[in-house]
Amino acid sequence: MRRTAICTAALLAASAATAEPVEPTSVSYGEYGAVETSLSGNPGDPDRGREVFSTKSMGNCVSCHQVSGLDVPFQGEVGPMLDFVGEYRTPAELRGIVANAKNTFPETVMPSFYKTTGFIRPGDGFTGKAAEEPLPPLLSAQEIEDLVAFLMTLKDT
Amino acid sequence: MKRMALTAAIALLAAPALAGGADDDTLVVNGEIEMTTKADAPDHLEGALDQVISGWHFRSDETQQLQTDDFENQGMIFVDAAYDAWNTVEGTEEKSCASCHDSPEDSMEGVRAVYPKWNEEAGEVRTLAQQINACRTERMGAEPYGYTSGEMANMEALISVQSRGMPMNVAIDGPVRETWEQGKEMYYTRYGQLELACASCHEQNYGNYIRADHLSQGQTNGFPVYRLKNAKLNTTHARFKGCVRDTRAETFQPGSPEFVALELYVASRGNGLSVEAPSVRN
Ligand code: HEC
Ligand code: HEC
Ligand code: HEC
Repeated sequence: MRRTAICTAALLAASAATAEPVEPTSVSYGEYGAVETSLSGNPGDPDRGREVFSTKSMGNCVSCHQVSGLDVPFQGEVGPMLDFVGEYRTPAELRGIVANAKNTFPETVMPSFYKTTGFIRPGDGFTGKAAEEPLPPLLSAQEIEDLVAFLMTLKDT
Repeated sequence: MKRMALTAAIALLAAPALAGGADDDTLVVNGEIEMTTKADAPDHLEGALDQVISGWHFRSDETQQLQTDDFENQGMIFVDAAYDAWNTVEGTEEKSCASCHDSPEDSMEGVRAVYPKWNEEAGEVRTLAQQINACRTERMGAEPYGYTSGEMANMEALISVQSRGMPMNVAIDGPVRETWEQGKEMYYTRYGQLELACASCHEQNYGNYIRADHLSQGQTNGFPVYRLKNAKLNTTHARFKGCVRDTRAETFQPGSPEFVALELYVASRGNGLSVEAPSVRN
């Protein structure tokens, strides 16, 4: 009896952990572009987020942003340095910026990482060939949550 | 106070790593051709750029050095190869370029500086590559060169060398206007899944590093360009193709009407800069 209860509890927890991610087309952005609810339904992992941030085939955020604490050569300078971004941005703001920065900074050159339609001449990755929309988003819901968790660690401490 | 000075010094020290902006070097080729590598922006760029800057300024000192002397500039080897092609009889008319144009020195001075340009007889805007192929197919009865082929790049370089040091002076009015407007619109269109326009990188962010690449203004005055990366001459449209592809977009074909329009517009953004081809890039 007791055992079953525990098992059920564990099952419930597991099912919460595999919650359906919010589809890119159903994300609800606030007036200034923030997104309140987790896209994946799971907490983010800051270590994974650091990897997504630094890896070319993933977020490749370092192509435009510097973070002093990262041991990555050739960090770019197209975007602002993000050393203390966890200090002055909330997780909801960061989630919105990473998912689709254009809702926060209308004309920004920062790509929209959780967007699948509405592109001009969408291509199939870096092949130069045409692709049909919807495209897979540049990052998954969980990768965005991981990034948010990582960015929240960037504080002046 | 002391602290401030120290911070400033640290900022200065940090600077070379992310050099930022164009450097202040001057480019003189073979100790005699003084290149205009920075010029007041042409009027049509008012509000967009004050100054136009050659891509040469954004390269490392070592790469820059290679362009100062024809013995060091590997691109010149391909110019020599094109001399042979210039004099080679080809096609059903049994003619070479030289049959009609004598030497490139005699006939091609200043030509590169005004291309792309309107061809009255054909009633179209032509790039230099298209004009070369028009002569091959219509006047020589020969096969066209592949648009971005080595043969084409070499021939373009031979013709361009005759204009080295002369200011780019591409016409934007009259019959080319519509094509020019089309190119301008493309320049500001945010293509692909990354939604980046030429302007996002080459107008808004020139001088900044994007990862390891120091962004220039994306000028065409140095084309065809010798790249250390692939050890050959590279054409304008091959570069455009790569830049569009890198936005995760469906790119355009070299020689397509779209890229011809884009080339006209981009070339006009460089009006006032010296023709540098073949320039050297990493
Ligand atoms: C092509 C360049 C580019 C890339 C790639 C890029 N960004 Fe940005 N980012 C920018 C720019 C530019 C801004 C400044 C917003 C503006 O345009 O005003 C910005 C702003 C931001 C901000 C807001 C900073 C603040 O001041 O509050 C965050 C957070 C951010 N980016 C995170 C990321 C993350 C995470 C990634 C990778 C998934 C990424 N960026 C990829 C260019 C880029
Ligand atoms: C049978 C004669 C003939 C041959 C051979 C010929 N051309 Fe031409 N070319 C012309 C004529 C005539 C013009 C000018 C009329 C025009 O624009 O088509 C011209 C124009 C040009 C121009 C444009 C010059 C300008 O001021 O805009 C270039 C560049 C050129 N030729 C390159 C070549 C090259 C390279 C070859 C060899 C592959 C070649 N031509 C072979 C007759 C020839
Ligand atoms: C994501 C940023 C990006 C975008 C968008 C982009 N480019 Fe580039 N481009 C580069 C980089 C990086 C280089 C190599 C370094 C340099 O010269 O800027 C380059 C180089 C060039 C060059 C060679 C310049 C020289 O002097 O060697 C030209 C020409 C050029 N780009 C044109 C274009 C055009 C036209 C477009 C729009 C269709 C475009 N680029 C879009 C990043 C970009």
